[in-house]
Amino acid sequence: MSLTDRDKATVRTFWAKVAGNTEAVGTNALSRMLTVYPQTKTYFAHWKDLGPGSINVRKHGKTVVDGIGAAVMKIDDLQKGLLSLSELHAFQLRVDPTNFKILNHCILVVLAITFPAEFTPEAHVAVDKFLAAVALALSDKYR
Amino acid sequence: MVEWTDFERQTIADIFGKIDYETVGAAALSRCLIVYPWTQRYFGNFGNLYNASAIKINPMIAKHGTTIVHGLDRAWKNLDNIKDAYTELSILHSETIHVDPDNFRLFSDCLTITLAAQMGAEFNADVQAVVQKFLTVVVNALGKQYH
Repeated sequence: MSLTDRDKATVRTFWAKVAGNTEAVGTNALSRMLTVYPQTKTYFAHWKDLGPGSINVRKHGKTVVDGIGAAVMKIDDLQKGLLSLSELHAFQLRVDPTNFKILNHCILVVLAITFPAEFTPEAHVAVDKFLAAVALALSDKYR
Repeated sequence: MVEWTDFERQTIADIFGKIDYETVGAAALSRCLIVYPWTQRYFGNFGNLYNASAIKINPMIAKHGTTIVHGLDRAWKNLDNIKDAYTELSILHSETIHVDPDNFRLFSDCLTITLAAQMGAEFNADVQAVVQKFLTVVVNALGKQYH
């Protein structure tokens, strides 16, 4: 399900709204994921505090959403653009790729809450496709 | 049998007590047909689904969305036996409508996002967890009679 030019334009426009808000969106999505899908906590056993106020969750939420923002800039060649992140996830982090879908869903929920008017079905499908493409690029080096 | 905490029972009752079935149903189903266009395969007789704008104003889709969300009534009213409550609907979806059960999950995701947009900050992580659990149980029950 490749990204059309229209998808890319929609994503760029919509993500510009997220740009100023990356820590809030990221923290919300990540902490939500840890609560709603407790199996994801297994990747964060090294953090003492997994609550939403936790400094680790806030910092990491921002890191992840900033990473997605960087991916928007590379939307024309995600595989190439996300190569080093893919290697990181494949060889060091070894996050099961199912979890990318789980986090993506939580990001979409946060976008719906944060931008109820702008997160139209049209924006939703473009962002969903984009996040799926990011997940695919991130898992590229897995095997 | 699924165990439900008091918080979960209360949260589910609260949500279904206050949502507007027409608004939520229409929004969730039209979103599903737009975000996952292959789901339109089950709606060949529903008139104009040509593009997102058409889907959003299609009255047959709006009406059917309401029907689907009302289909959840038998779940929250029978939390202690959802499996049996859905036997009839499961057989219907399997043997009459022939719906791939993965579509139940796709619709659930769209319903979750619709509820999130409606409820805003009130749709916090704990509430989302309850909704996720509830919908997962319903989806499983709907798939039970497929063979």
